[in-house]
Amino acid sequence: MLLVLLSIVILISSASLALCLGRNASRAQDAGAYGAAAASAAGLIPALQVLLTGTAETISFPWPVPLGSFTFTLDPLSAFFLVPLYILTGLSAVYGVDYLKNYAGRKPLGLAWAAFNILTAAMVLVFTAGNAVLFMLGWELMAAASFLLVLFEHEKPQVRRAAFIYLTAGGAGALMLLAAFSLLGAGSAALDFSSFPSPSRGIASAVFLLALCGFGLKAGFIPLHVWLPEAHPAAPSQVSAVMSGIMIKTGIYGLIRVLGFIKPWEEWWGWTLLIIGAVSCLLGALFALAQHELKRVLAYSSIENIGIILLALGLGMAGAACGADALAGLAFGGALLHVLNHALFKGLLFMGAGSVLHGAGTAELEALGGLAKRMPRTAPLFLAGSAAACALPPLNGFAGEFLVYLGAFRSLNSAGSTAIAGVVSGLALASAGALAAAAFTRAGGAAFLGEPRTERAAKAREAGPLMLFSMRALVLLCLLCGLAAPLLLAPLGRAVASGFGLSFSAAAAGAASVPLLYVSAGGLLLLALIALAAARRSAFLGVKMPAAGPTWDCGYAAPSARMQYGASSFSQPLTDFFQPILRKLGQYPVISEYFPGRASFSSEAQAVFFNAVYLPAAVRIRNLAFRFSWLQHGRLQLYIMYIVVTLLGLLLWKL
Amino acid sequence: MHTFAELIIVFVILLDLALAVTGSLSSCIRLVALQGVVAGLLPLLAGSGAPHARAVVFALVIVTLKGAVFPRLLMRARDKSGARRDVEPLISYPASILLCLGAFIASSWLGSRLPLPQAGVAWIVPASLATIFTGFLLITTRSKAITQVLGYLVIENGIYIFGLALFVEQPLMVELAILLDVFVAVFVMGIAIFHISREFDHIDTAELSELNDWRRGEYGK
Amino acid sequence: MEIIKPLLQCLAALLLSPLLAGVINRVKAFFSGRRGQPLLQLYLELYKLSRKTPVYSRTTTWVFKAGPVIGLSALLAALAVLPFAGRPSFLTFEGDFIFLLYLLGLARFVTVLAALDTGSAFEGMGASREMQFAVFAEPAFFLGLAALARVTGQGSLAGMFGALTGESWRTAAPVLALLTASFFIVLLAENSRVPADDPNTHLELTMIHEAMALDHSGPELAYILYGAALKLWLFASLIACMVLPRHSGSWVLDSALFGLALLGMAAAVGVVESIMARLRLTKVPYLLITAFAFSSLALIFQLGR
Repeated sequence: MLLVLLSIVILISSASLALCLGRNASRAQDAGAYGAAAASAAGLIPALQVLLTGTAETISFPWPVPLGSFTFTLDPLSAFFLVPLYILTGLSAVYGVDYLKNYAGRKPLGLAWAAFNILTAAMVLVFTAGNAVLFMLGWELMAAASFLLVLFEHEKPQVRRAAFIYLTAGGAGALMLLAAFSLLGAGSAALDFSSFPSPSRGIASAVFLLALCGFGLKAGFIPLHVWLPEAHPAAPSQVSAVMSGIMIKTGIYGLIRVLGFIKPWEEWWGWTLLIIGAVSCLLGALFALAQHELKRVLAYSSIENIGIILLALGLGMAGAACGADALAGLAFGGALLHVLNHALFKGLLFMGAGSVLHGAGTAELEALGGLAKRMPRTAPLFLAGSAAACALPPLNGFAGEFLVYLGAFRSLNSAGSTAIAGVVSGLALASAGALAAAAFTRAGGAAFLGEPRTERAAKAREAGPLMLFSMRALVLLCLLCGLAAPLLLAPLGRAVASGFGLSFSAAAAGAASVPLLYVSAGGLLLLALIALAAARRSAFLGVKMPAAGPTWDCGYAAPSARMQYGASSFSQPLTDFFQPILRKLGQYPVISEYFPGRASFSSEAQAVFFNAVYLPAAVRIRNLAFRFSWLQHGRLQLYIMYIVVTLLGLLLWKL
Repeated sequence: MHTFAELIIVFVILLDLALAVTGSLSSCIRLVALQGVVAGLLPLLAGSGAPHARAVVFALVIVTLKGAVFPRLLMRARDKSGARRDVEPLISYPASILLCLGAFIASSWLGSRLPLPQAGVAWIVPASLATIFTGFLLITTRSKAITQVLGYLVIENGIYIFGLALFVEQPLMVELAILLDVFVAVFVMGIAIFHISREFDHIDTAELSELNDWRRGEYGK
Repeated sequence: MEIIKPLLQCLAALLLSPLLAGVINRVKAFFSGRRGQPLLQLYLELYKLSRKTPVYSRTTTWVFKAGPVIGLSALLAALAVLPFAGRPSFLTFEGDFIFLLYLLGLARFVTVLAALDTGSAFEGMGASREMQFAVFAEPAFFLGLAALARVTGQGSLAGMFGALTGESWRTAAPVLALLTASFFIVLLAENSRVPADDPNTHLELTMIHEAMALDHSGPELAYILYGAALKLWLFASLIACMVLPRHSGSWVLDSALFGLALLGMAAAVGVVESIMARLRLTKVPYLLITAFAFSSLALIFQLGR
């Protein structure tokens, strides 16, 4: 526990150091990165210890703030979120040293590092806070620090716009959380998590809805996701990795915590989460398929994965409400395991996208191509991350989804609505998986394979050694978590027990241990078979020297890079099919003559929800607000009169 | 024998799905006829023991009407009208099939809620409701007048199966009344379509709406 | 020894799977009045290809070479999950069909990447279509398996097919018939057979799976062809397990019957290929959505039972 506090102290002091050393870019980089790495090392020890032993620790200091107290709790659930947090922030910091070198002199790197370390510290605070005031402090600090990081390239108008949307979403979410915590703690002396009274049914439902919206605005599931695909790509890549990998999980963490306060759960809560999760994972994958920029693809894929986590939570709650403990435990375990796995592979993918951006200067898919030749070390790492994101064995994405599937199939043989919940979640997972596979083959293929489509892509250069180190470490972790999933089951069970209840973890451990063992056996078998097939291939080849030639284009003699299938042509059959949902904008050339002249084609993925729902709503609210603009006229005397009138009114009301 | 009857019910539902995705007008007519024949034979196959003589006669009448007379009339109307040979749907075929599936899910939920006497054959109520929904689907999402007639026929098939669920072997009174209605409807619409097409050269319902009193351009000048 | 039987079963799959393609070709030849290729043609081709020196495009990287290797390995691993005549193979556990489904996904993933690695317009086209059809085929296949799990109350493939008996066909005939139809459509689409794709048109704009292998040669092509044969065997044996539920109790007799059923499946594919034309490309999703409708109907039936 003390080591966690120490990590916070290290982070804050290295942040101030980086800020002070801001003049000298390389010193500031060192201060920030060393601080973050040291904090990760310090924090990982107690987090792992708690996961391995299962004992929760609490430290409490008094705090003069009303209702507040410095209460830190490190239970297995917190620890399960802290582990990916420390791993990812530490590796991102290492990655950032190389990545930010390009910006030295042009950008205030000291400020960036300070914001990064404060962000990390704030997230540690959020995951360990045992008091609502402290939690909200961490929450707001996190929003502020990440807002600064999103604004890193503030000279671009779309970045400023993204940051503004992000700020608005964060503020709205925090307001709802304040309301939820106030409802929960009504009547108690301090807003300590341990002292929340058990709420009545009506209050519990209100708290559930408020927490769902408040935390949902941070987690970014549909329809509260509009800020995510704008803000995540705008930040520097190692920050995107942290934001997508772990920061959006603070929403999931908060939701799980609040769900712990409002037991017993109603069945409709579970269904709400299930439906939102299913919609998020399907639409997230579909939107990812239509994006033209690598980091936006990844951002939408984060929405998909948050949807999967939420869907699993919903399935578990629906099952728990019906008394199916094994099913619920499997689903909860799957949700938590996917939190860890998603942090690992999404961090890896964002770093890969950052390397592309760093090496080629652009992440537009239509401008890339052929990077596997120019960045031979990054390409396999990114492609492995894509495979993990598609939940392909033997990598780690599969294990979490497999647990959810197991839960879904458990529910199939029970009666009534639980069976339907299982079918819906399984179907959503399978369809989203197929869509995600299309999205990631498209992104990976367009960026790394084939011939370069532009001069910039042709001149791309390999990422720096520290960047490669971070990505390699993450790939290794992805493979390990995939193959050693049965070993993760014990800590996972402790996290489930502390987050949801003891009965679930016991039931889930019995149901999941044997299948997971077989899954890793299957993964090892697969690796062995790959080695065998590769050895057999080289035996077939023997001493023969393979010939080299041009790509066989069905007899066409002068193939050019422009003839390749691009990203938009790759996904066109699917995006056309789902056009009623995607509503791409674009133009097709219409050929009407025998010898058509120059033609142009364009297609653009629009932010459907933002343009169709939020923008009209915002315009309407603004118009409504203008009607009251006569109240705000700028005359100070009248403003003071408002205050006086309000105070008098309050006085009269209380008399 | 209930498994056999269930298979027939499944066949009826598959015919619904096929109707939702069939593009060609003539195969649509044939599918409707086939569905009518299957529905007509259902009481003979689903009942236990030897069927009643009256039921046999009745089934024969239905099969001739729905399997031979109606399709003949409709085919004639189609040929005479000289319209395009496809059904010209207003929504895409995948959307149609998903709507049809949704209708089936909704009707199986509805079937479990309706206070009906236990039917001998499983799924007969959901199947009938789904057939009625498919009929509505054909009427609302296809642009031609002739598909509307087809939709009415499908609805009639559904109502017939529904009646079967209520009283196996004695759907006579209900059925006779409906059949009469539908017969008149097909007859009238067949003639009407024929005449309209002679006047206007096509049978698109969108054009029929121009027959009202409101004339474009003259109003509000 | 319980290890012997799964070993023999896997060996049978490894050795006999190229035979199915031969049967299909012979049936097609019979329908068009030709004598056709020898039954063992694919074996000969595999042997020939394994001895050839490959030609690699200068555009390609390691991805191109890794594709066939990983793809074939994924299918071989899937073989370890696949039940044989309703009997378990090496890996039988609750939810093993999910593993199978994702192994097939892995094979598709690497094949598509290998195709994109050539930078050829044709292979990109094939890859794009492969992914498109997978999006429609996967939910259909998944729902079908869910319905089967519900019918039998089992959680593993071998458990499901082992629990299927003649009795279940008597009580749940509509469900099983719908599932068989759905799986057959998925088989046709996943194995690039008519009406979804035409395995004979190597140089047409309409082809899907064959287009992705245009640049592969030598041992890599042999891997791809062998992988395709294994995939056909995999889907065919799922269907054969379903339509052949009777267990005589004798392992030898069951296996022999199962082998015959597999040959029958291949003949059925050949018949479909001979009497049907390939669908227009835009219609193929409709075919798969039909399979999806079949699966979901079966599931709804079973849920309401």
